[in-house]
Amino acid sequence: MPDPRRPTWGSFSFGLVMGSLSTAALLLLAAPTLVVLLTSFTDGYSLKFPPPSYSLRWYVSLLDAWQLQDAALTSLQLGVVVTGVSVVLGTAAALAIGRSRKAWARGLDGLFMSPLVLPALAFGLASLMFFSTAGIELSFLTLAVGHIVVSVPYVLRTTLASLAQLDPALLESSESLGAGRLYTFRRVTLPTIRNGIGAGAFIAFMSSFDNIPVSLFMADARNEVLPIRMWQILENSLDVRAAAVSGVLIVVTVLAMVVMERVAGLSRQLR
Amino acid sequence: MVASTADTVASAHAPPKPHAGLEWTLALPLTAFFAVFFVTPLLLLVVVSLFADSEMTRFGLDQYAKFFGDAFNWKVLGSTLFLGVKVTALTLLFGYPLAWLYTRSGPRMQSALILVVILPLLTSVVVRTFAWVVILGRDGIVNNLLLTLGLAETPLRLLYTENGLVAALVQVQMPLMVLPLITTLTRLDPNLLDASSALGAGPWRTFFKVTLPLSLPGIVAGCLLTYAASVTAFITQSLVGGGQLLFMPQYIYQQTITLHNWPFAAAISMVFMVSVLGVVMLLNLLGRASKGYIHA
Repeated sequence: MPDPRRPTWGSFSFGLVMGSLSTAALLLLAAPTLVVLLTSFTDGYSLKFPPPSYSLRWYVSLLDAWQLQDAALTSLQLGVVVTGVSVVLGTAAALAIGRSRKAWARGLDGLFMSPLVLPALAFGLASLMFFSTAGIELSFLTLAVGHIVVSVPYVLRTTLASLAQLDPALLESSESLGAGRLYTFRRVTLPTIRNGIGAGAFIAFMSSFDNIPVSLFMADARNEVLPIRMWQILENSLDVRAAAVSGVLIVVTVLAMVVMERVAGLSRQLR
Repeated sequence: MVASTADTVASAHAPPKPHAGLEWTLALPLTAFFAVFFVTPLLLLVVVSLFADSEMTRFGLDQYAKFFGDAFNWKVLGSTLFLGVKVTALTLLFGYPLAWLYTRSGPRMQSALILVVILPLLTSVVVRTFAWVVILGRDGIVNNLLLTLGLAETPLRLLYTENGLVAALVQVQMPLMVLPLITTLTRLDPNLLDASSALGAGPWRTFFKVTLPLSLPGIVAGCLLTYAASVTAFITQSLVGGGQLLFMPQYIYQQTITLHNWPFAAAISMVFMVSVLGVVMLLNLLGRASKGYIHA
């Protein structure tokens, strides 16, 4: 038996391969964000990297980019509406199917989760056909309906996961002590699943704010959303303002992520 | 007497629940919402794909015949499905060691690692893709490096190539692979690894005989999410892939928005959806088989 303390060729090569592959993965994950941040402070008119010199001019230019501002506002409003409805519908459904082992509950679970694996683009197209066949004009409301379908699974997933940690004995003892169902929900169930709902709401908001496949078909000229607007900028002109918008989005995302980590333990909920 | 004792015993075990059994009604609103706004549109998509002509006057399988009768369409479908395979394989190759590193790190390092993994997941896809336009462009980092090192005479065309697209997609989808892997690997009993090395197995042998087989459910879950996300990544495909490379999502978009050919767009959406769901179900079966393998 070889002495485990003596480094062997096997343990050396294993450490080397795993170490270099994971370092490469880390670099790959972190580099693009840093590249965008640095590029957004460029003084030049092109997306040259590294930038020739640095300034805040592209951030300043955002102040009168009203088309981008309108799109950002629409995306924000949409995200809030979509998150609100998704949380109500998703939490209610999670409470119904979470503690049931019956076939209908598994079936509904599969149905509600399917937007995650189904090509969302096909659903976007199907929604467009649905609303125009029904004679309903595309609007903020129809856009929100499409977003809710693809955002609900996130709320449902995290809420179901936190419900699984709720000991049913707690509910029974609460009820046998004479607490009403609403009181039990408020004082026992809700505190347990609050973090799950919170993390799900956050991810649902981000997924709506960043949604492309549904907005591509459902957003019309009056309801232009930010990701589509940015896609068009990048597709047509490679405008450096896109880098400044990206910089703002990255900073806001990092801040929101840190807050959510503190409040709801986001990284635990995602796994 | 006997009956009343039985009643007392039964009620002691199951306290009276006045509304018990009504919990399922809470699922009704979402079920109704999905029935109207998810299931009905998808059924409508099937119906529209069965129209024989683009004016939608008569039914027939003409759209499907048209799709499968043209070698060009087969090529688009094949390259889309194969793109997903390449991206998923590379993501697993780099993501697995990262998840492994996570399980071997201290708590502070772990929280740093998890933030690096989650940040790209929450950053907008457009922003992440945009980074690759900067990295791979004519004036980008890769070209600047190659020119400075004298490895290339003129800037290489990296943007709008399939290799550039694969690199970008691997980065964009990496978190979807790493998170389920971390979950599985942290649940792995460390005693098994100790036992393996105490019995004389080297790190490579322990890895391939113990760690890797036991993490199969995580691998399957990660592959499933990565595959489904990378074949439908419209933005990354169109911005990094450019006009020369055509994949199913852009094909559907073109047929709908530019050409207004609804029946054909619906038919290729159906073909695309069925193919992706086929791959997903295959992976799911593998996942179930691997769970049985572990418990056996």
